[in-house]
Amino acid sequence: MTKEKIIAVQNLSKQFGNFIAVNSISFEVYKGEIFGFLGANGAGKTTAMKMLIGISKPTSGEALVAGFDVKTNTEMVKRSIGYMSQKFSMYDDLTIKENITFFGGIYGLSRNQIKEKTEKLVSQLELEDAVDKLVGSLPLGWKQKLSFSVALLHEPKIVFLDEPTGGVDPITRRQFWEMIYAEADKGTTIFVTTHYMDEAEYCDRVSIMVEGSIEALDTPKNLKKKYNVASMNDVFLKLARNVE
Amino acid sequence: MKRFIGFVTKEFYHIFRDKRTMFILFGMPIAQIMLFGFAITNEINNVNIAILDKSKDDETHKIIKKIRASEYFNIEQDIVNENQIESVFQKGKVKAVLVFETDFIKNLQTLKQAKVQVITDATDPNMANTIANYVNSILLNYTQEINKNSKASHLIQTQTQLYYNPELKSVFNFVPGVMTIILMLVSAMMTSISITREKELGTMEVLLVSPLKPFQVIIGKVFPYILLSIINATIILLLGFFVFGMPIEGNLFLLAFESVLFITTALSLGILISTVSNSQQTAMMLSLMGLMLPVILLSGFIFPVSSMPMALQIISNIIPAKWFIIIIKAILLKGATINVIWKETLILVGMTVFFIVVSIKKYKIRLE
Amino acid sequence: MSIIVQNISKSYNKAKAVEAITFEVKEGELFGLIGPDGAGKTTIFRILTTLLLANEGSAIVAGFDVIKDYKAIRDSVGYMPGKFSLYQDLSVEENLTFFATIFGTTIEENYDLIKDIYIQIEPFKTRRAGVLSGGMKQKLALCCALIHKPKVLFLDEPTTGVDPVSRKEFWEMLKRLQQKGITILVSTPYMDEAALCDRIALLQKGSILKIDSPENIIKNYDKVIYDVRTQNMHQLILDLKNYPSQYSVYAFGEYIHYIDKSAGFNPKDLAAYLEKNKHSEIEINISRPTIEDVFMDL
Repeated sequence: MTKEKIIAVQNLSKQFGNFIAVNSISFEVYKGEIFGFLGANGAGKTTAMKMLIGISKPTSGEALVAGFDVKTNTEMVKRSIGYMSQKFSMYDDLTIKENITFFGGIYGLSRNQIKEKTEKLVSQLELEDAVDKLVGSLPLGWKQKLSFSVALLHEPKIVFLDEPTGGVDPITRRQFWEMIYAEADKGTTIFVTTHYMDEAEYCDRVSIMVEGSIEALDTPKNLKKKYNVASMNDVFLKLARNVE
Repeated sequence: MKRFIGFVTKEFYHIFRDKRTMFILFGMPIAQIMLFGFAITNEINNVNIAILDKSKDDETHKIIKKIRASEYFNIEQDIVNENQIESVFQKGKVKAVLVFETDFIKNLQTLKQAKVQVITDATDPNMANTIANYVNSILLNYTQEINKNSKASHLIQTQTQLYYNPELKSVFNFVPGVMTIILMLVSAMMTSISITREKELGTMEVLLVSPLKPFQVIIGKVFPYILLSIINATIILLLGFFVFGMPIEGNLFLLAFESVLFITTALSLGILISTVSNSQQTAMMLSLMGLMLPVILLSGFIFPVSSMPMALQIISNIIPAKWFIIIIKAILLKGATINVIWKETLILVGMTVFFIVVSIKKYKIRLE
Repeated sequence: MSIIVQNISKSYNKAKAVEAITFEVKEGELFGLIGPDGAGKTTIFRILTTLLLANEGSAIVAGFDVIKDYKAIRDSVGYMPGKFSLYQDLSVEENLTFFATIFGTTIEENYDLIKDIYIQIEPFKTRRAGVLSGGMKQKLALCCALIHKPKVLFLDEPTTGVDPVSRKEFWEMLKRLQQKGITILVSTPYMDEAALCDRIALLQKGSILKIDSPENIIKNYDKVIYDVRTQNMHQLILDLKNYPSQYSVYAFGEYIHYIDKSAGFNPKDLAAYLEKNKHSEIEINISRPTIEDVFMDL
């Protein structure tokens, strides 16, 4: 793996009043890496992620995403990344085709590009018969696979996935991860949060946030060795004491 | 009963903790009353008037001098005969014409009584009324002075005559109008939103699965709004009375009864809306489009019903607010008793019963 | 029997939500409905808590018919819908007091039952529910559902979106409640939680695929699963899928779960194949199946 840094975070902090949501975290993510970003509810994951995708301003610290400063160059940051979350991915009341066209349009793809991409994407996902169906009528798993593809439409350097597989059935969950692998092999960096600890094992490296700080960051293999446990789930349980 | 109190307590927590709700509940009525009240201002300054002095004696000269000395009026011109009145009004130069009768001083001295006619341009009805009041008070002041000196009681009578809008249609319209809007807003919109909010949050599921009976949920939800609406109505009336001199001629109990009746109508409408909408957004849209707009446009609050096209006049009949505005104006301005407004009251009662029956029929003990 | 469900079907408009569902839950049992989103779990809960009417079939909860005796059921069950239905603008204590009041009881009266759980959130009792973390919301919602000492407890996806630590604690709480004699019907999309139930129903697309105890379900699974791993896991998935006799290939934590079609499968052949495809550090071991394996093969 080439060790080209694509995300570089230095002492990044975010404070809401007296509450320190993210406490001076530092880490790096390399090109083509699948980076698992774990933490208990309220550990500060979402806040940290929001700063990295340029929709929340850090209180202090530095973060470069795809070479752009998230504080000063949010426009370029947003252009270089794709984002998909469990809560909002696509418009339920638009068809698959309309959704793709819309999101392609936002990222400034030309009409021909959109047409080309739509065809490719639809055939990859075997959705040929469903292009004109409303996204709302699709099963959740399909929706999530589709929105992952849509997040990749503009060929971003990094994709941020916020609990992309929540509630998805086990088989589709695997298919989803196979898509992630394939994309990572192409050199796209994947930054993913999840509550499924088995998925943590699929990541190249994993960080675990506890109370606003990164308590551990390593490959799943090394983490398990370090904490002398059998699975990432146990690593997590050991680290993320339930702190409220 | 304990359940009921518990429920109502919870509702009050919701209301007091939501700044938006609090604003709509208490900020809006005050803001609206003030806005309407001061937009239709009570103060006048340097208003142009004309004078037709048919007597031209010492007394009238003294009075005219006094009027001229006041900062309120500016005597734009003197006219010589009644025919000119119409034309000065039409030119828009003056807002009022004062007419002193012939033999003014003679009448005052011999009959102890003389007449001044105040003719005002009532296209701006509030202004017209205010001008008449100011002229009155200047004249009153004047008679008090001469009475003090002569120890006799003289009287200068003023006759007010209004041009163009003899019924003064929009004067004090705004207090009943705003009151109607606020009661509608608070009662119908706020209840429907608060019920649909529970649906959205999923707490309605839990309430349904609890031993609470549906009507207990509904009563629990609307009760706080009945209280708040009554408080609101009181605030509006007090503001109208003390700040803007709105007369309250009629019986206060009748007023309270009719207000509670209308609140009930609005609440039952709110419940009805909540039974057909599943999100706060829908409830809000339905309340605004379905209730607020007709109240503002068709109830006679802003546009007199009598000047609407026939079709709209007919439609306006199904708007509860129209009847309430008629009732409340009759009570406030004319001191009407139930004998006069029983018909309108009955219509409101009928509407309320109808809405309640429909909402009970529509209310679901289950999710669909 | 605490819950008897017979042949329940329900559709919304034309879409079938559940079809011909039948199962029974014994008194004091911890019964799990396991399945992904859209499997029909919530619909079953709503029918059993009398919130929805089934199109077909009948159901009895705590001895009462869900249609005829819906009022009696509403008195005797506790229900925690998905997304934890709490009043966000009320404090922890106010939420609990409210739910106690509408069920005609007080916190003190049934404090014993919720004590274990409530103690953990008590330090934050003046905080608004809206600002609590997922784990705390979940605990508060459970307290609210328990405050009237229900005979049957319905928990619809209580652990969804909650981190593993809180999930673990939650299941420990459920075990303790079960010991107090409460029947619990719980649903979850997390397959690993299935093993914590006494019996489970595996649900997919509105139908029950299997009902049994987790142990039996695993014991009765007849295929051999191999844990496979090499230095390059991404490539491994692709290569295994190209292996002629492959039956299924799924990523499973740090291993790939591989199942072969042929009876005479020899792991050594597979190892040789992988070596030929430039894999190193090859490990192939027989694996213990999990509920998730079984579910995926149904």
